[in-house]
Amino acid sequence: MPRPYTPKVLTANALLEGDVVWRARDGQWTRKLEEAELIEDEATAELHMLDADARGHEVVGAYLAEARPGPKGPEPTHFREVFRTRGPSNYAHGKQEGQ
Amino acid sequence: MYRYTEFDEGFVRDRVAQFRAQVDRRIDGSLTEDEFKPLRLMNGLYLQLHAYMLRVAIPYGTLDSRQMRQLALIADRWDKGYGHFTTRQNIQFNWPKLQDVPDMLDALADVGMHAIQTSGNTIRNVTADHFAGAAEGEVMDPRPVAELIRQWSTDHPEFQFLPRKFKVAVTGHAQDRAVTAAHDIGLRLVERDGVVGATVLVGGGLGRTPMIGKVLSDFVPMEDLLPYLEAIVAVYNLLGRRDNKYKARIKITVHESGIDEIRRLVDHEFAARKPLFSGADQALLAGITAQFAPPVYDATGPEDYEDWRAADPVFGAFTDTNVAAHKHPDYAILTVSIKAHGATPGDATSDQMRVLADLAERYAHDELRISHEQNVILPHLPKRHLKAVHDTLKAAGLATANVGLISDIIACPGMDYCALATARSIPVAQEIANRFDALKLEHEIGPLKIKISGCINACGHHHVGHIGILGLDRAGVESYQITLGGDGGPDAVIGERTGPGFAYDQIVPAIERILRAYLDVRETPEEEFLDTFRRLGMAPFKAALYDADEARADAA
Repeated sequence: MPRPYTPKVLTANALLEGDVVWRARDGQWTRKLEEAELIEDEATAELHMLDADARGHEVVGAYLAEARPGPKGPEPTHFREVFRTRGPSNYAHGKQEGQ
Repeated sequence: MYRYTEFDEGFVRDRVAQFRAQVDRRIDGSLTEDEFKPLRLMNGLYLQLHAYMLRVAIPYGTLDSRQMRQLALIADRWDKGYGHFTTRQNIQFNWPKLQDVPDMLDALADVGMHAIQTSGNTIRNVTADHFAGAAEGEVMDPRPVAELIRQWSTDHPEFQFLPRKFKVAVTGHAQDRAVTAAHDIGLRLVERDGVVGATVLVGGGLGRTPMIGKVLSDFVPMEDLLPYLEAIVAVYNLLGRRDNKYKARIKITVHESGIDEIRRLVDHEFAARKPLFSGADQALLAGITAQFAPPVYDATGPEDYEDWRAADPVFGAFTDTNVAAHKHPDYAILTVSIKAHGATPGDATSDQMRVLADLAERYAHDELRISHEQNVILPHLPKRHLKAVHDTLKAAGLATANVGLISDIIACPGMDYCALATARSIPVAQEIANRFDALKLEHEIGPLKIKISGCINACGHHHVGHIGILGLDRAGVESYQITLGGDGGPDAVIGERTGPGFAYDQIVPAIERILRAYLDVRETPEEEFLDTFRRLGMAPFKAALYDADEARADAA
């Protein structure tokens, strides 16, 4: 039995704003984690990483971050990824702005 | 203050124009990120957790009102209305958009500023004592030397791809407010038999492997300083390890080769390089020095300054903590705390920047300083204006009387901004400040330096904090290690770890236990925390931190 794959999302920063983005199910970039595609196998992950590399004019620094399924969509498992879904804790800036 | 020459102006403008073209080519797809990254880093542009960040150098921490107002304008026009003053006398803008950065750099160039070599494996912004030129008992103002080094190191063709970043600090005062012992090169200007020169320290640095700088030369006369520095950096450039990023700083080179071998190599290199210096550097230094002439002091006297101090306890307390002795008896050095209780250490709003600029222009010979402790200083303020300045600062939320106290915390941006961070720093600083303010213990505790870093790279200088806090990621949870007894002064000391770390919600109570123990065991109220630690060592603090836990564990 191969080891079970820990689900992941593909994330990066947008080239112009630097804002955090995730790869959505339709292959577009989304600014909301819950709209991201939860990747459940190694082969898809590798394919999406290659695609992200080829789209270096859209995003910077793509990587795979662990995630788990939630009621609304993927959820972060590490606190760093939690911060990336909202912004800094000292001001309501970033994604949490205006929420 | 140094004014850009035509050469400086042309150089900075050319760099902006180059970078503008590079950004255009990045956006149109002609440059990949791998190609673009070293170019943007050369110009101070990072990509952080939530956005880009532009790091702007404030050479040796000196600014005038025009420059400060321009920083405010940049914050308003292209960022979110504030800037973050850092531990290396830089200012960081946390939310620029890539396509706006060339305009920001042009706006900086308009006031003789830049972001060149604030990143990358180059000689970084040269820092200096923030009380330079104003403090009592100074050998000489270190800023002309710092400016000379800035000019020499900027775009130095030999030193654009060093094994790793390289930081230089200069002090002209025995108190060493520039933490020279924690720099790749630390210069301490000294006078010997009427000749001015520098004691040169090398191989200091914090980070993963903290080391205190070692004396490479007791005394290098001023005319030899630049060739001597060039010899050091040249030796490091060849010898420094490029195979391992974590062993690439000069502190490791010095550690592995030994200071005597480094000295031998530097002396050899110096002998070869010295003849190549024609003396043009000394002519340049003389010209720069003339631009740092002290202000023409106002001879009106302190007027009713002491009466105001006696009459207004809030003003009295403010001057007790935030005023330092100036070399002129009727003047004060005023530190404006950018550490209001509960606020982000080092963050100033654009409105606050403008208030500070106005005060400097109106009352204080148009000069401002940024300290590595993330505060702003009016270095030449006549005492008779202190009351008016205090009133204005109060209205702007800038009159916090906490300089040198527990809430005057150095904190790196941590995981709220930084892509390298392993834990948050800012909220820990905010909570410590709020907690001790609520307890009304701040003044009771007295002088204390808490320094917080959100990762092992130690931008928050935690190793040299009297109390240092290091935020780590321990199995996916934020965990904070405490060190005690660090000191960034002339006899710098690396703090000692207390033991196991504390969770995010336990770190502030842990700090409180340390300080309650200090209040219990200090001999007199005059014995400062660091002195108590030096007298008693770790034991009482370790007991305060961990005994209760053990008792709980035993009971369970």
